[in-house]
Amino acid sequence: MRSDRPSLLLKITAIGGLLFLHLPILFIFLYAFTTEERTYQFPPPGLTLKWFGVAWERPDIWPPLYLSLKVAAIATLMAMVLGTLAAAAMSRARFFGRDQLSLLIILPIALPGVITGMSLRSAFGIMDIPFSTWTIVLGHATFCIVIVYNNAVARMRRLSGGIMEASADLGANAFQTFRYVLLPNLGSALLAGGMLAFALSFDEVIVTTFTAGQQSTLPIWMLNELVRPRQRPVTNVVAIVVFAATFMPILIAYYLTRGGSETAGMGK
Amino acid sequence: MSAPAILPARGAADRLTGVFWRRPNLLLLILVTPPLLWLGVVYLGSLAALLLQSFYSIDEFSGVVKEEFTLKTYAELFRAQNLDIILRTVVMAAAVTLACAILAFPIAYFAARYARGPWKAAFYLGVMLPLWSSYLVKVYAWKLILAKEGVLTWAASGTGTGFLIDGILSIPGLEGSSLSTSPFGTFLVFVYIWLPYMILPMQAALERVPNSMLEASADLGATRGQTFRTVILPLAMPGVIAGSIFTFSLTLGDYIIPQIVGNSSRFIGLAVYQLQGTAGNIPLAAAFAVVPIVIMLIYLTLAKRAGAFDAL
Repeated sequence: MRSDRPSLLLKITAIGGLLFLHLPILFIFLYAFTTEERTYQFPPPGLTLKWFGVAWERPDIWPPLYLSLKVAAIATLMAMVLGTLAAAAMSRARFFGRDQLSLLIILPIALPGVITGMSLRSAFGIMDIPFSTWTIVLGHATFCIVIVYNNAVARMRRLSGGIMEASADLGANAFQTFRYVLLPNLGSALLAGGMLAFALSFDEVIVTTFTAGQQSTLPIWMLNELVRPRQRPVTNVVAIVVFAATFMPILIAYYLTRGGSETAGMGK
Repeated sequence: MSAPAILPARGAADRLTGVFWRRPNLLLLILVTPPLLWLGVVYLGSLAALLLQSFYSIDEFSGVVKEEFTLKTYAELFRAQNLDIILRTVVMAAAVTLACAILAFPIAYFAARYARGPWKAAFYLGVMLPLWSSYLVKVYAWKLILAKEGVLTWAASGTGTGFLIDGILSIPGLEGSSLSTSPFGTFLVFVYIWLPYMILPMQAALERVPNSMLEASADLGATRGQTFRTVILPLAMPGVIAGSIFTFSLTLGDYIIPQIVGNSSRFIGLAVYQLQGTAGNIPLAAAFAVVPIVIMLIYLTLAKRAGAFDAL
């Protein structure tokens, strides 16, 4: 008879696999405190807090941080509007081209980022569009739409159409129904989608290198430091900031949507 | 007197609601137009621009892009050095996919069949957090770990397993002064970064395997190994293929990891990046970017035949 308890081997490999996914991140934290700034010597010869101060004083970190926050905020807002509209349309009816539209929404994250990036770069080249904050936003909003869309569409699928009809029967017009019935029900799913879109945009580097030109977002700054390191622990301090800026939204998104069949994050 | 069944319109919003009610397609059109325009113009437009650029060529003397239709740029892809890049990338993508499938299986299987209650949530978050947390930070973590003076060397010398690392580094094709400059390091980081993309669809497929089937298999006298080979594995296959679409496609296009960890031999993504940047050869970069699209289209066609899309 088959016992319904996992074998020891399965337990060890499963938990080992999870540890493999998580342990490497810890070294980012450890190396932010090392006193050795030229190599990645392990164990660190000494521990210090000074790199947090050094990072704070470095003038080259702040402009990329602002740019990343700005781009992520604008791209998230655009993606939330467009993604919600797309989800609303998809949940309403079967219409001609529905499957094609859903493929079109998914395509920007289904194809490797280098293709999206190179495509935008080609288009900017052909149309002589100079690089600016907006060229970065253009790319980010495009691949963030699907994140918001996934969350919104899953929630809409769960909403019964009856509450919309009830609202209409009680005399609400379409805008009142949207404001007082649909939005409160969708709210947490949209917020979760927005959080994830923000995290994705804040951290994006592959598409961004093609659409940024000479500008530097925080991930591009990090990439430059990785290729040509100087004051290595400072990079770790920034890495912790980037990690926190993506980690918190994901956790919040998880708690906003947990319990449903549509828990956030499946769509990356 | 009873109240009228239809209330009179109180304003523009009410009248518009009436219009939407009489013509549901109008509302649909209003909803669908902005996202359709955005994706159609920005995304499909850009993909078209990519294709267009790939049919241009670059003047070898002036370095200026000649905007005339030609297949010359595509012909350049078939030069030995460029074929090398394509082959190297495909082999790496295949190896990464295989390793991810093997590593992902126990995690997905445990999460799907045995994890209950808080453990279920722990496994879910345990896979989701690495999936979403910063890509660059994860790559950087591995640069720290694989460095010659880093933690892996320290652990190996502490446990007397340094010969293992030296052994890997002496295999032809994987040479390097440390794992962080060896193609094996590139492989390791690829596997680490894309592993969650394999676990999730695999877990989804395994969750759909009914318990009764496993019981039936046991009742009919199958051993654990036989049940695994003849029942679980075939039913998990669509999930494995769905996951492999991600790991394969993502490895094909990545250019950050080979730039940071490895011996800086070129992959498709890196070639695209360098050609459009320092070399300024946008047509050839565009042609290179078309290669993963073609490979993925072939891969997707094969996967579709194997029924992988039911598990997405």
